[in-house]
Amino acid sequence: MAYEEKKEMLLKELEKKSKNKTKFYFNDLAKILGEKPRMAKKIVNELVDEGKLVFWSSGSTTMYSLPGIGKQAAAEGEAKSEE
Amino acid sequence: MPKHETPLLDQLISGPWPSFVDDLKTYAEYRRKNPNNVEYQIPEDVVDDLLGVLELSYVDKETHWKHGGIVGVFGYGGGVIGRYCDQPEKFPGVAHFHTMRINQPNGKYYSTEFLRGICDLWEFRGSGILNMHGSTGDMVFLGTRTEQLEEVFFELTHKFNQDLGGSGSNLRTPSCCLGMSRCEWACYNTQEAAYQLTHEYQDELHRPAFPYKFKFKFDGCPNCCVASIARADLSVIGTWRDEIQIDQEAVQAYINGEIPPNGNAHADGDWGPFDIQKEVIDLCPTGCMRMEDGKLVIDNKNCVRCMHCINVMPRALRPGNDRGASILVGAKAPILDGAQMSSLLVPFMKMEEPFDELKELIENIWDWWMEEGRNRERLGELIKRKGFRELLKVTGLKAIPQHVKEPRHNPYIYWYEEEVPGGWQRDIKEFRKRHLR
Repeated sequence: MAYEEKKEMLLKELEKKSKNKTKFYFNDLAKILGEKPRMAKKIVNELVDEGKLVFWSSGSTTMYSLPGIGKQAAAEGEAKSEE
Repeated sequence: MPKHETPLLDQLISGPWPSFVDDLKTYAEYRRKNPNNVEYQIPEDVVDDLLGVLELSYVDKETHWKHGGIVGVFGYGGGVIGRYCDQPEKFPGVAHFHTMRINQPNGKYYSTEFLRGICDLWEFRGSGILNMHGSTGDMVFLGTRTEQLEEVFFELTHKFNQDLGGSGSNLRTPSCCLGMSRCEWACYNTQEAAYQLTHEYQDELHRPAFPYKFKFKFDGCPNCCVASIARADLSVIGTWRDEIQIDQEAVQAYINGEIPPNGNAHADGDWGPFDIQKEVIDLCPTGCMRMEDGKLVIDNKNCVRCMHCINVMPRALRPGNDRGASILVGAKAPILDGAQMSSLLVPFMKMEEPFDELKELIENIWDWWMEEGRNRERLGELIKRKGFRELLKVTGLKAIPQHVKEPRHNPYIYWYEEEVPGGWQRDIKEFRKRHLR
């Protein structure tokens, strides 16, 4: 699968999963992409730079989510709270 | 006049010890008066509201902070930790109260000009409250609003030449002891190592893709002033592989009471005359020291680098001349699965620029951990789960006696099949020719 197609595929897959789950570990993304961690990191970071994915951090752990989804989005006035 | 009544917090002021509540109240008052006419970029009453929300938490016996957040500066996945209050209408000053971690200068050397500068910046664009330092070593700026993050980051990087530190599933801010800048025991240049590796691993420091946090710490000698052996996933601890240098004349001077022991650190108590037998030789953990014909003798092969004798008699004993570092792996604090100390991986490595040997080791370990590590699993836990043998395989190191923590603890030695001539299969007929049933 071409590089750009992988990015699209990841986003589509996350949109599907985002109905039940708003945040994903890096490992989950690497698994969806079927890539080794270093390659997966490159793809994921590009999506972050393009604003199609956002980092979520608890301070100790980092997760990824689609922008505008999740409870903090409301606090930033980006989207309506899901709660 | 305080904005909120805080009777429960006030209890903390009543004791004889210093209290953060006192500090915060003093600072809240200062912010209200604003003697320097600072144009505060976040609410003036941020500190008042911080006290208010803490009081409410004491009343309710539950926190009013939400967990984590999506904030950060462009291109960075770490260094900013989103904090939001779940009572923003009651406490608008702390509706956003994000933490920023700032990479500390190596050895924590500051000029007063620099300190004034960052304090002014944080007073202007943040709450003005900061921790010096967090347990990884960062300067921790506590509390600002989302729109100020990029502004603070710009000033830090352009004016103060200072970067954000690590947080989340990143390489955390590397930290080191003062090293050769002030300490005669430093066996390598800890500041240089921390500096070089910080630059080499910018991507790992700022763009999270690890299963969990990863910490480097650089200690110049086994006194371990930055506690790398207890806290770092990869501890680099200065050591030597030749003999402890002994100045026999200085040993005699200690015995005769001419030089106070421990650099005179215990001068405030009357401990009686110095007794080398009781205070040094008998306390050696391996019993590798003795007096012979009035001279101190050390069996260096049995020295475990506890540093006690050197600490007590610094004028008489010094680390050897062939210096480098031991590399240990897998320490962590007790959050999940209990506290763990580092395990020795490489007994001695020369620590010279550009630190290529160390970098190769680190990258091999990361490749393994990134593939095999479970979510929120530290390196030490992965080593426990998969076995030290697996770690040796991925790092290409051979098992050596120094890897054995407790001899005869476990009678089984596990080999990989390819290491055994003929593998696991054997010709039973051939075997029976030599060994009758």
